[in-house]
Amino acid sequence: MVAAILSVAFFVIVRSVAEQAAESTQDDILSASATAIADSLRSEGSNVMLDLPYSALSMLGTLSEDRVFYRVFTGDGTLTGYDDLPLPDRTPQRGQPAFATFDYRGDQVRAVSVVRPVGTGTSARDIIVTVAQTRLGLEQTSRTITTTAMGVGAGFFLVATGLSLWAASAALAPIERLTGAVARRGPHDLRPVTADTPAELMPLVNALNSFMARLRASLLRNEDFIAEAAHRVRTPLATVRAQAEITHRKLNKPEHRRAMREMIRAIDESARSAGQMLDHAMVKFRTDTLAGDRLDMCALIGEVCDRLGATADLKDIQIVRDLPDEPIPARGDGILLQAALQNLLDNAIKYSPEDSRIVVRVEQGFDLKVSIQDEGRGFGDADLTRLKTRYTRGANVGDIVGSGLGLTIADEVTRAHGGRLEIVTNQTGVGACISLILPRI
Amino acid sequence: MRFLLIEDNAKLASAIVERLRLDGHAVDHAGTLDAAQACLDVAQYDLMLLDIMLPDGDGRALLKSQQNVSDRCPVIVITARSAVSDRVSLLDLGADDYITKPFDFSELEARCRAVMRRQGRATDNRISIGGTTLDCTTAELSFDGQTIALRNRELRLLEVFFKAPGHVFSKSHLLDRMFSLSDEASENAIEVYVARLRKRLDGSDTRIETVRGLGYRMVPV
Repeated sequence: MVAAILSVAFFVIVRSVAEQAAESTQDDILSASATAIADSLRSEGSNVMLDLPYSALSMLGTLSEDRVFYRVFTGDGTLTGYDDLPLPDRTPQRGQPAFATFDYRGDQVRAVSVVRPVGTGTSARDIIVTVAQTRLGLEQTSRTITTTAMGVGAGFFLVATGLSLWAASAALAPIERLTGAVARRGPHDLRPVTADTPAELMPLVNALNSFMARLRASLLRNEDFIAEAAHRVRTPLATVRAQAEITHRKLNKPEHRRAMREMIRAIDESARSAGQMLDHAMVKFRTDTLAGDRLDMCALIGEVCDRLGATADLKDIQIVRDLPDEPIPARGDGILLQAALQNLLDNAIKYSPEDSRIVVRVEQGFDLKVSIQDEGRGFGDADLTRLKTRYTRGANVGDIVGSGLGLTIADEVTRAHGGRLEIVTNQTGVGACISLILPRI
Repeated sequence: MRFLLIEDNAKLASAIVERLRLDGHAVDHAGTLDAAQACLDVAQYDLMLLDIMLPDGDGRALLKSQQNVSDRCPVIVITARSAVSDRVSLLDLGADDYITKPFDFSELEARCRAVMRRQGRATDNRISIGGTTLDCTTAELSFDGQTIALRNRELRLLEVFFKAPGHVFSKSHLLDRMFSLSDEASENAIEVYVARLRKRLDGSDTRIETVRGLGYRMVPV
């Protein structure tokens, strides 16, 4: 692009310089010719006489085969020459030739006029000598120069383009190698880049490596902070809760026992909120750099059911597994998917009545659908899409402890895996079914 | 059951020990990994409750060293960490289950039972009164050559009676043993479950008797 602009500029400049040079050459010859004619003017009495020097016209012939016109004007009439050759618009100053360009007899001509005073008797008369020449030769010269300039310009363009392409590809090759080395990396790979790069790129590579080192340190700090915060909050809560249970055992008055139960519920609520918020932070952190591990969905669901089996047992809730025998291949972050399922199953247990059933089912159609169907109280009239937003809970949660983050976590995990969460609440008010729908691989 | 609790926070540890003893369990406490190892060298435990963050090292080291021990004691890890970050590594390292702080003791007990059932450990969890036997690990009641499988709550309630035959238990005490404190439960629920247990015990040589105004007790037929 730049080469093209430079070539065009070069062409324009050469062309205008050539034209100026050619024009000034023609002007010089024309002035010399007109001056020579003027020099031959003499007076005889009151008449002005002219012996036309043919050399004056022949010097014009050397330029090319252009036609030459002349006119000697005495003020009263044309002394000799073409009497229709136009006079200059203004009478030129003595000793200063006046130039003009106009069309004459079908061709463009360049004309020069000089004024020469010739004494006739007592007075002096200003005689105007005009010499004009067609510009065919000039145009030819300028065309030749232009053609040459065009050729040189085009050559310059081609060479410049070729050179710049070669230079660009030579300079970009290491950058492309570097790009490839960075792009091929997994989301958790924050090791320094060691691609083979020339010395000019070392500052970039160093900056990239130091950035990744800082990022890694920051991510680790983040993880450590979350773990540390959890530890600091939950250990004292565990002490308080255990003490509260002991005290509750020892109390006899129903109102004291009730108060102690309220206290324990409040502890559970704050612990659950803290836990879910930390889990949520962890989920956000992990979905940002989503792992693409190969997983067996069946084993993963089985583990979640095992894990929550004891919790379900406490309420005599039976978790029925409707799972295929063979493994179900899936791809993603196993910890996140388990967290999502665990939140859903935990919810189902919390909101289910005792002595009920929860069915965990896997259907493999176009998508992979993991659904958890309970016999609980459903979501009432709650806006089902709003349930997935943070801190939003169903319309009929009653006094069941919850943080309003469980569905949010499940939803975020599912969406990070390219899937969606489907909530169906039974219109009769008994039972809800939440499905985690993932693309099949 | 006999527990080994490995927890460095003294206040939490003493609360857990006291709470577990209330339910009739024997508990030894170790505050460090070294102390825990010393306990394991001299005594047999049904279950180990292990906190991961300890002053003289990471509880995971103990898990690893226990992996190669024959007749390994099952381990439930007590963790403060979020389930999302710790889960996989704990189970990979040989913990049998984990529970996050703060925890409900009925949930802890349910998890202990589930772990021991999975392990199939022959612990002395059978209680016999007359010709009737209750197996707390398998949740089975047997008499006259027949075996009845019990639901979780039935087992928990019956266990209370079997451990102290003839002792009168108030409804509120039974409520504590059967429901976790975060559950909403009324004393009517106890009547429902006692009625169920009476049906289960039908034909055996023991029965549950109502003591008017006081509660219930188990007596021979």
